[in-house]
Amino acid sequence: MKSILGISAFYHDSAAAIIINGEVIAAAQEERFTRKKQDSSFPKNAIEYVLKETGYRIDDIDTIAFYEKPFLKFERLLETYHAFAPRGLNSFLSAIPIWIKEKLFMQKLLRDELKSLGAEKKVKILYLEHHMSHAASAFYPSPFKSAAILTIDGVGEWATTTIAYGQNNSISILREMSFPHSLGLLYSSFTYYCGFKVNSGEYKLMGLAPYGNVNADETKKWKKLILDELVDLREDGSMILNMDYFNFATGLTMCRNKKWESLFGIPKREKESELSQPYMNLAMAIQQVTEDIVIRLGATARQLTGSENLVMAGGVALNCVANGKLVKSGLFKNLWIQPSAGDAGGALGAGLAAWYNNKNLRVVKGGDFMKGGYLGPEFSSADILPVIRRHEAPHKHFDDFDDLSEKVGGILAKGDVVGWFQGRMEFGPRALGNRSILGDPRRPDMQKKLNLKIKYREGFRPFAPAVLEEDMKIFFDLDCPSPYMLLVAPVKEERRKPVPKGYEELEMYNRLYHLRSDIPSITHIDYSARIQSVSKKTNERFWKLINAFKQKSGIGVVVNTSFNVRGEPIVCSPSDAYRCFMNTEMDWLVMGDFLFEKRLQPPPSEGDYKSEYELD
Amino acid sequence: MEFLKDFFGFLSERKKFWLLPLMTIFLLFGGLVVMTSGTAIAPFIYTLF
Repeated sequence: MKSILGISAFYHDSAAAIIINGEVIAAAQEERFTRKKQDSSFPKNAIEYVLKETGYRIDDIDTIAFYEKPFLKFERLLETYHAFAPRGLNSFLSAIPIWIKEKLFMQKLLRDELKSLGAEKKVKILYLEHHMSHAASAFYPSPFKSAAILTIDGVGEWATTTIAYGQNNSISILREMSFPHSLGLLYSSFTYYCGFKVNSGEYKLMGLAPYGNVNADETKKWKKLILDELVDLREDGSMILNMDYFNFATGLTMCRNKKWESLFGIPKREKESELSQPYMNLAMAIQQVTEDIVIRLGATARQLTGSENLVMAGGVALNCVANGKLVKSGLFKNLWIQPSAGDAGGALGAGLAAWYNNKNLRVVKGGDFMKGGYLGPEFSSADILPVIRRHEAPHKHFDDFDDLSEKVGGILAKGDVVGWFQGRMEFGPRALGNRSILGDPRRPDMQKKLNLKIKYREGFRPFAPAVLEEDMKIFFDLDCPSPYMLLVAPVKEERRKPVPKGYEELEMYNRLYHLRSDIPSITHIDYSARIQSVSKKTNERFWKLINAFKQKSGIGVVVNTSFNVRGEPIVCSPSDAYRCFMNTEMDWLVMGDFLFEKRLQPPPSEGDYKSEYELD
Repeated sequence: MEFLKDFFGFLSERKKFWLLPLMTIFLLFGGLVVMTSGTAIAPFIYTLF
């Protein structure tokens, strides 16, 4: 038996994953346990959980795999300061204490932390390159014997984008783009300029982009300005950023605000301020440029590898609109994206890379190796009952799950919102039906209700559909399954409703609340949807629930959003779920085989739940 | 000691001995910054950590 513990930590979104004889047994992000969004601390709780799942002690682990190389990263920092000197003094003064106190001595830091988990022996620690960890997380769990690999993110050590080729149990890096020239950092700069938080607001920028006016001169002009002034984009998708406009290499902000203001003619948007049309147009312009770059990189990957399979990871691989365009481009026959494509997934990739570095055999038999992404902790009735007792929560227990799903299917069809807590928690940023809030997509007011009364987040943000895999083509123009909610595709033409003349000139919310299809709450402003196809094989309970909803409503689609409020990590335990349920306007909660109705519950304890979490 | 061994191993692997004086100065300067500041908590900077 060979056991490997993969760790990602000390930047953002720490995580741990355990691999036994090449099989991914468990993986989880630290934030889910500490309840601190994108917690970057050493993933003590996540490690304790993955060990518990296997019954191993820390000293039973053969190898620890860390997801990046600290010295190489430090080399990049020093060379960057050297290259830009005397600029960057402030940034140097901020960064260097952390490096000198902690990060440069990573080996000691890790050993000390492992000791606090009870480690007595000195286990071997391997350091994998950041992009190798991403590449491994994309290729090894994929259903392909060989594939082109594309990893794109902000930055690891030096690399910001890599194209690699994976074959059986090995990965070779073929091309690499280095810091500071980075698609991820370019996109984050626009996230920052549009008033969203870097590292978490990229999703919002992507959701905002469709509100841009595609025909507006401003959008076209800005797209051209980005390509003329900010980015020197080459045919193969590689690029050079004009660093006169960016500040991230040596400063404490992403871009040089004054230069951007004179380039685009609009100031940096203040956080939480009202969103006006120019920012939507700017979001659309950068989204279009991003898609263009991703397609070019895909074409280069195809040309270099000759493979008809593509796998992806890295933060930019979470840009599901670009992914959808890549599918539509037809460059590859098959596309597979690591569901935990961000840095948390690096823990998984590092562990797998360490396993296959030893030339262990890799056997591909049909599906992927991610177990549907359900790699986190599971809670039984015995874990739920103490929560019920503590809160004296009125509930109903169902002996037969079919009865429960039929009941909840009816509740959803009536228009109520249900918190759905089942089985093992998802690994990665998306809730895939085990820690989800669900609603009826036919209701025109569902999007507004979910955003404003349950998630307490910005009203413009779209919601995703979870659709029975076999019914996907009835609703969406997508030819391949999308089990991890990582592909955006159009809602079928015949389901759409026409928009009035002058629609694009209307104020944002007037456009948003216009009925665009017969499943309006998951149809985004441009008729697109971020699809999760649900297979009975992968998640039977979720499939049965959607099917029960279909019996009541005639459609096999529900709204699926993560079980949390804005700024809160997705719920992990029954206690987290009940607390979130009681402090939002969710109508019902299902945990395992228990059903809770809000109006019967005792009032929640005092305190402002949503203000406990910093806005993301 | 383990750190120094790893560090020289890294420099020789990367063939970047020219970084050594630079790094020494940075480390000395950085050490001074650490000694004169109370905490190692820095603001969140995207690319630095």
